[in-house]
Amino acid sequence: MLTFKGGVHPPELKEWSKDKPIERAPLPQKVFVFLSNHAGNPAKPVVSPGDEVKTGQVIGEPEGFISAYLHSPVTGKVIEIKKILHPILGKPIEAIVIERTSDDEWVHMETGDFERMSKEEILEIIKKAGIVGLGGAMFPTHVKLSPPPEKKVDTLIINGAECEPVLTIDHRLMLERAEDILQGILIMMKVLGVQKAVVGVESNKMDAYHNLKKVFKGYPVDVALLKTKYPQGAEKQLIYAITGRMVPRGGLPMDVGVVVQNVGTCVAVKEAVVDGKPLVERGITVSGDAVKNTKNLVVRIGTPVKDVIDYCGGIDENTERVILGGPMMGISITNLDIPVMKGTSGITAFLPEKPQPQKPCIRCSECVQVCPMNLQPYLLYLLSTKRKYDEAVENGLMDCIECGSCTYTCPSKIEHVRYIKLAKTVYRATGRGRR
Amino acid sequence: MKLISAYAPHLREEDDVRKIMLDVLIALSPAVIGAAYFFGWYALFLCIAGAVIGELFDIFVMKYLRGIKNFVPDGSGAVTGLLLAMNVSTRLPFWAFLLGLVFALGIGKHAFGGLGQNIFNPALVGRAFLLISFPTYMTTWVVPGAGFWKSPADVVTAATPLALFKEHGVLTPYWDLFIGKVGGSLGETSALLLIIGFIYLLLRKRVKIFIPVSYIGTVLVFSSIAYLMNPRYGDPLFHLLSGGLMLGALFMATDMVTSPITAKGQVIFGIGCGVLTMAIRLFGAYPEGVSFSILFMNALVPLIDRYTRPRIFGEVKK
Repeated sequence: MLTFKGGVHPPELKEWSKDKPIERAPLPQKVFVFLSNHAGNPAKPVVSPGDEVKTGQVIGEPEGFISAYLHSPVTGKVIEIKKILHPILGKPIEAIVIERTSDDEWVHMETGDFERMSKEEILEIIKKAGIVGLGGAMFPTHVKLSPPPEKKVDTLIINGAECEPVLTIDHRLMLERAEDILQGILIMMKVLGVQKAVVGVESNKMDAYHNLKKVFKGYPVDVALLKTKYPQGAEKQLIYAITGRMVPRGGLPMDVGVVVQNVGTCVAVKEAVVDGKPLVERGITVSGDAVKNTKNLVVRIGTPVKDVIDYCGGIDENTERVILGGPMMGISITNLDIPVMKGTSGITAFLPEKPQPQKPCIRCSECVQVCPMNLQPYLLYLLSTKRKYDEAVENGLMDCIECGSCTYTCPSKIEHVRYIKLAKTVYRATGRGRR
Repeated sequence: MKLISAYAPHLREEDDVRKIMLDVLIALSPAVIGAAYFFGWYALFLCIAGAVIGELFDIFVMKYLRGIKNFVPDGSGAVTGLLLAMNVSTRLPFWAFLLGLVFALGIGKHAFGGLGQNIFNPALVGRAFLLISFPTYMTTWVVPGAGFWKSPADVVTAATPLALFKEHGVLTPYWDLFIGKVGGSLGETSALLLIIGFIYLLLRKRVKIFIPVSYIGTVLVFSSIAYLMNPRYGDPLFHLLSGGLMLGALFMATDMVTSPITAKGQVIFGIGCGVLTMAIRLFGAYPEGVSFSILFMNALVPLIDRYTRPRIFGEVKK
């Protein structure tokens, strides 16, 4: 079975929600759409407070190349544009607040038969639909699908690994929406001009693997079975497992002729190009030992976490952590008014854990063994806490993918990733990151 | 509901330093039982007292000298104390042993900053201190199997197999060497019991095989060459089973804190230990060189780590 070197085996915790079919959450009363719902520049709002908007109507336009369109997730009225704390950026960012006044009145995009469209026409639809990587990085999909001409891309890889514990939404998509995934893949293959696409699926989702195999029969799309190991779905590790190619340090997948997209993104691309539906909703998993009724849900972008949790029967009153995403890489939030974003793959709520005191590093080398980037996390931690940022960078600080395998496995309970992230931020902010 | 702001990952493996130390103590226990069997109650007493007092001393230093009030004992003091006990002769008076223990933990470990910060293996620092300060006590050995309750002072003394061979050319039977029925430091004599303990550590994935294999392998190669050149140097099997090689290669050189991080570094470390051990055994003044060679290689660990940095994913060969 295909895999990479290093990695860990955290408890999967997927049994809580893997058999729950995807259902549609009720429409929210109020949505909060961040202008930064994607990597790159924030979008520029094109509506003002008081404006009436319909579902799917453009409310924000991209600013610069790496940016994305925003659409109203509901039919209603723009109340205000105000700054709220952005959980990923860690600072207040403007969000368009829309109050729903009625059921959906859709504004669809113009579209047609993609087989007859040119690459450029398809790309334009994907761009106009505001599609970004739904795996979590939220990188604008149209940018990823337009590699510069000198990069010869020959393979499209679809990430169906879903190695993050707890999350099951991609698993459900592969079971319930395989036809749409296939359509999305075929569309993106046409845009990239590649003859080959491979979907990588971890071996803990055999039903999804077989389902995709069945649906893809007769199409130039392969399904690769991957070893169940975290972080199998990390971009570089996934490419290595499937193609044996190693993305060079500081490079991008296109440097080795590969573009990677998440299965959720495939569905979004299909819905945009075939159905003319912009990205106003996404699938998420709501799970964890503190969640009353775990679910796989389709929710509108901008729905407050609280609304989603309430629809799932609420969370235990002793809940200690609410996490946007899964437990390995997700971000804990303390304010449940924070909205679902385009990159939110799940909401995880955990009951309290027994606190584990941190001990000094005993150089057991576990972190070095498990690091999928072959870094020395103990050393990066040490250099980061001593503020020796330049030395940390020499030792691969910027290569860290923040998967958390080191911290997961550390017997001394050292929070490597926390300090590595901090060191990266400082290094970038002081301008020393520019070459 | 009180939500906390925590850093990812939100899952942690259920393992900690205490469990690692506990496993090391468990792995050493067969050899401790062997020590009690061969050398009597005082050997057993030294082992237990070493572990208990070592841990208490650690707690004392952390809580009262370094002022860390919420210090949670980790078991590393017990490991050092037990290893030191296994590295001394039953002829060593208890007060001298205590002195060695305080030196091992105080100078060998806490002077460097405590757990994880020390450059040298603390137990070996203690042993080196005792060997230099009390050479007579440390190099007078008793005959094994004199009876459990017999006072060490009343037992006939014996030389170690290495000393017997180096000074008198007398070879000890392999079987006695293997099971540990020979004179020596109380925990080092039985290759069999040490190997059993080490297998436990291996099964528990607490230790990597690289250092023992490269260390013992180097001793085998070195001693084979020497034996072929001149049988007076002793045969490889003899060198393998005698002295502190097993205790050193399996339990002292493999100390995580004082050995290299990468497999490559660990192999280099093991080879270095092996070469130095044999050089001391064959050409040095002391009959045994395990502890000094490990201490010497300990000092080279930062350098070894520096030159054996793993190649980062996607790093181009230069």
